[in-house]
This record gives sequence, structure tokens and C-alpha cells, in this order.
Amino acid sequence: MTSSHPAPLRPTGTVADVHVYEPHRAGLPKKIGPYFRELWERREFASELSRSGIRAANTRTVFGQVWLVLNPLLLALVYYLLVNVLSGQSQGMDFFAHLTAGLFTFYFISGCMGTGAASVVGGGRLLLNTAFPRLLLPLSSVRTAFYRFLPTLPVWLVFYLFADSRQFTWLTLLSLVFLAMIVVFSAGLAAIFATLQVYFRDTAAFLPYFIRIWLYLSPVILTVDRLHAYAAKAGAEHLLYLNPLYSLLGGFTELLVGSRMPNWHMWVAAVSWTLIAAVAGAWYFMSRERDFAVRI
Amino acid sequence: MDPMDEAELARQAARAQRAAARAERAAGPVAVRVQNVSITYRTTFERVPTFKNAIVRFGRGQKAVKEIEAVKSVTFDVPVGTSLGIIGANGAGKSTLMRAMAGILPPTSGRIEVHGRVSTLLALGVGFNGQLSGRENVILGGLASGLSRREVEERADEVAEFADIGEFMDAPMRTYSSGMFSRLAFSVAVHMKPDILMIDEALSAGDAVFKRKATAKMSELMKSSRAMFLVSHALASVRELCNDAIWLHQGKLMMHGDPEDVISAYNRFMEVGEDAFNLEDL
Repeated sequence: MTSSHPAPLRPTGTVADVHVYEPHRAGLPKKIGPYFRELWERREFASELSRSGIRAANTRTVFGQVWLVLNPLLLALVYYLLVNVLSGQSQGMDFFAHLTAGLFTFYFISGCMGTGAASVVGGGRLLLNTAFPRLLLPLSSVRTAFYRFLPTLPVWLVFYLFADSRQFTWLTLLSLVFLAMIVVFSAGLAAIFATLQVYFRDTAAFLPYFIRIWLYLSPVILTVDRLHAYAAKAGAEHLLYLNPLYSLLGGFTELLVGSRMPNWHMWVAAVSWTLIAAVAGAWYFMSRERDFAVRI
Repeated sequence: MDPMDEAELARQAARAQRAAARAERAAGPVAVRVQNVSITYRTTFERVPTFKNAIVRFGRGQKAVKEIEAVKSVTFDVPVGTSLGIIGANGAGKSTLMRAMAGILPPTSGRIEVHGRVSTLLALGVGFNGQLSGRENVILGGLASGLSRREVEERADEVAEFADIGEFMDAPMRTYSSGMFSRLAFSVAVHMKPDILMIDEALSAGDAVFKRKATAKMSELMKSSRAMFLVSHALASVRELCNDAIWLHQGKLMMHGDPEDVISAYNRFMEVGEDAFNLEDL
């Protein structure tokens, strides 16, 4: 590299805080370690962004924060009507407890995708004028989605207490492992959709339809057993594992509602999909993020 | 002696003094070193990039991205103690260069070395979410730029006091007037206690009283920060606050030197008299 004003050799500066910026566009940051260290140091930003976002979202509504509980209640009501009244046959509380567990968790995943997709594009001026690890933005939206998901748990619990099959064993606790995998998987998805949204603003418009189809393909309205039976009839039970939510959401509801240990296929598939989503999401996002400031 | 000559002599003496001071600073440590930096970015002229357009373009074999050479092989050193004015016409690459020094845009070629914590134009990020209050915006910006929660909360109070916008500090920013908005932005910029301060056009903030307060604050900061950058079209504030200046034109570094010289060369080049700038300079 040549410089038209070659600088004389002398010690430069006394502060330890030296930053060097050199050409680097596509691909991962040269040093992954410092990136994640900075990410961890600024985690407070992600949680504060999510906290104030939740606070601001409902300030103009009459019910305010009550919406966090009202939403899942109304959602449950809609599906209650759909399943019990419109289909003309009562499905019983067991099924309803399964349905709400799957549905609320599915809405958490779709919430991650939706708010994740909006997170970078909505960062606007902050993104243009402040240097920080951009991965904080989709992670913050995962936190937001999770805090919207938490109030649904007591709602589900009420239904479950009325179900005949209710039982609380160590398997119930083990479902937390699957929930943790779902959170990591969703974080990967949030990063992927956040990046896609920067390049194709249509992503957010396509999402609701994509999510709706995914809902019907996943063990939410149908149980894992029923889905498996259908697929086995067509001789395509292995194709089920191509849907990450078959193993992740299916394993979670089997443990939580059915108190049944998922078979080892489910475990392997769930762990694999979690790793794939997390690595692919982080890689795709981080290799693109330096481009965001000129694309917004 | 003729009073005209006397004034001229005084000016020359002041200039010689400034030149000596510049030479002295140049012998000391650098705060920022910009070496042969070019910044080319690809952007799209589509107003909103969509999937349909991408497919149509792909079908026609067109490319949507256009390369913009915002900064072309710029080299300069900023020694500690410098307050550098960056002047130039609209689209000269001033803001792009500042963003590169703040680590937001990577350079396409060349190297930038920054010694110290940069304020990263934080001020201009304030108000990124109109639903949030001024205080929340300030706290979020501070946390994003790496301050701890305790530091940020302390500073938020100082910011509120200096901006003097009263109870609006806790109201959603969509309710702000443009004056309140820029007062808050300026106040954030000067209260984050960075080693290297960058201010982009923020001096045009607020009314005459606030402008005077802002200028006083800037002079005070010049003493405490390692270096300061001021991007401004208000040439009088560059002359008043800066002891070094660069002039960019279409991405090229045209001149680097004493603010007086750079400003008069710039004015000659743009073929506008000094009067043209007096309106905005107060």
C-alpha cells in the first residue's frame, strides 16, 4: 500500500483503544472472537431495544400491556370455535391442550421470523450512524417474541389442568430442552429473514402465507402420531424430517402434553435442525451485515 | 501606518502562529490516520428493492446495482489536538468519509487507523424510532455504541438538561418539533464523552440562544477530546471552531491546510462570495 504522505516513524497515540479499518466486504469478519465478545458486551442493548419496543407497541391501545394475555386468549377462542363448533364434533380437552401448546409455540417461531425480518430495516438511522454488531437486532426481536410467548404459558396451563391426560413428570421438565432448541432455531431464522428483508422488501409480504402453509405441515393441528400415520400410508415418513418443526415442535408437545419420550430420530433431527439454522443464520447475516448501511 | 496594513499584518501574524501550532501538532501522535482510502459502494436505484423487479431484471440480464465512488484515494493524518473541518459541496463524500472513520462503512481500499473511542455520529441515530421517548432513544443509542447502562443513564440526564426540552424528554419522539429534535441530537453528540468527536451538520440546531450555547460547548470539548471532526456548510463555524480543514470535491481531496486558506479556495472554486453563507451562519 502506498501513501502519498508517508508518515515518519514514531509511536502513535497513547490510548490502548486502536481500531484499524481495512477493505472487507463480503464474507465473515476476519476475527470472529472479537465480534462475539462485542455482541456479548452489548447484550444490554438488545434487551433494552426489545423492552422499549414492547412498551411502545401497545401505548396507543386502550388495553395496553393486557394485550399480551388477551392475544393468546383470543387465538385460543378462534381455534376452539374452529375445532369444536364448526367441525360439529367435540374434540375434548386433551386435544385442545395439545392444540394450544403447539399453536402458541408456533406463534413464537413465526413472531421471531416476522419481527426479525423487520428488525434490520427498521433500525434505520441507528444503523446508519452507529457501529455495533448488527446481529443484536434480530436477537432483540427473538427476545421480544419470547416475552410475547411467556404470557401464553399460563393460558395453556389452564386448559391442560382440565385435560384428562394431565400429568407432570420429569418428562414435562425435559420439554424445556426442546423449547431451548426452538429458541435457538428461531434465532437462526430471524437472522436469515432479517438479511433477506434488506435485499428483498417483499419478504415480509410473503411471510404470512409461508407461515400459514408451514403451520398446516407441522404437528400443530394434527398430532405427531396422526402426521406420521398419514405419511406412512404414502410411504414417505422420512420426508417428515425435512420439516424442522416436525421434530422440534413435535418433540416439544409430545413431552409437554403427551408426557411421552420422543424417539431418537426426533432427537437427532431436532438437534441437527437447531445447529443448521443457528450456523446458517449467523453466517448469512454476519457475512452480509457490512453491506446493510448502504442498502437501507 | 495605514490601519488596513495593520489589520493585514495582524492577520499574517495570526496565520504564522497557526502554522507553527499545526507543525507542532503534526510532530506529536496521530489520532486518526487515513491512508489512500477509497470508498465505492454499490447501491440500487430502485426505490424499494422487490422480488418481482429482481426476477424481471434477471430475465432481461440487467444489473440493478450501480457503483458510486464516494471517496477516491484520500490520504491525511489528524494529529491529537486537531479539530478538523470538512467542507465541500453536497455529495462530495463528507458524510461517507466520516462513516468510514467511525467504522460503519468499510473502505473499499486503503486503511484507516483510529486511536480512541469515537462518538460514531451517535447523535444522528437518535430518533430512529419515533414511538420511543427521547430518553429511550438516547439510552438505546448509547448502549449500541458500547457504553454501560450506568454510564448511559447518567449521561441521559445531562443530555436532557443541556437540550432543555423539559418534559418532552419522556414523550414519544414523533411529537417533537424539528427544533427539539436537533437540540436533542446535538446534546447527545457532545455528552457521550468520546475521545474523538464527530459532528455532522449538527451545529445548525435550534434557535440563536441554543446555537450560542452549542458553540460554547464545542469550544470546551475541543480542549478535552483528542480530536474533533466537524462537517458543515456553515463556513463561519468551521473558521471559528477548527484549526485544520480539508476540502472534498466529488470524492477527491482538493486541499488540506489552514481553515482560512481552504475556505477561501473553496469559495473561489464554487464561485460564490462569502455573503452566500452568512444567512445560515447567524
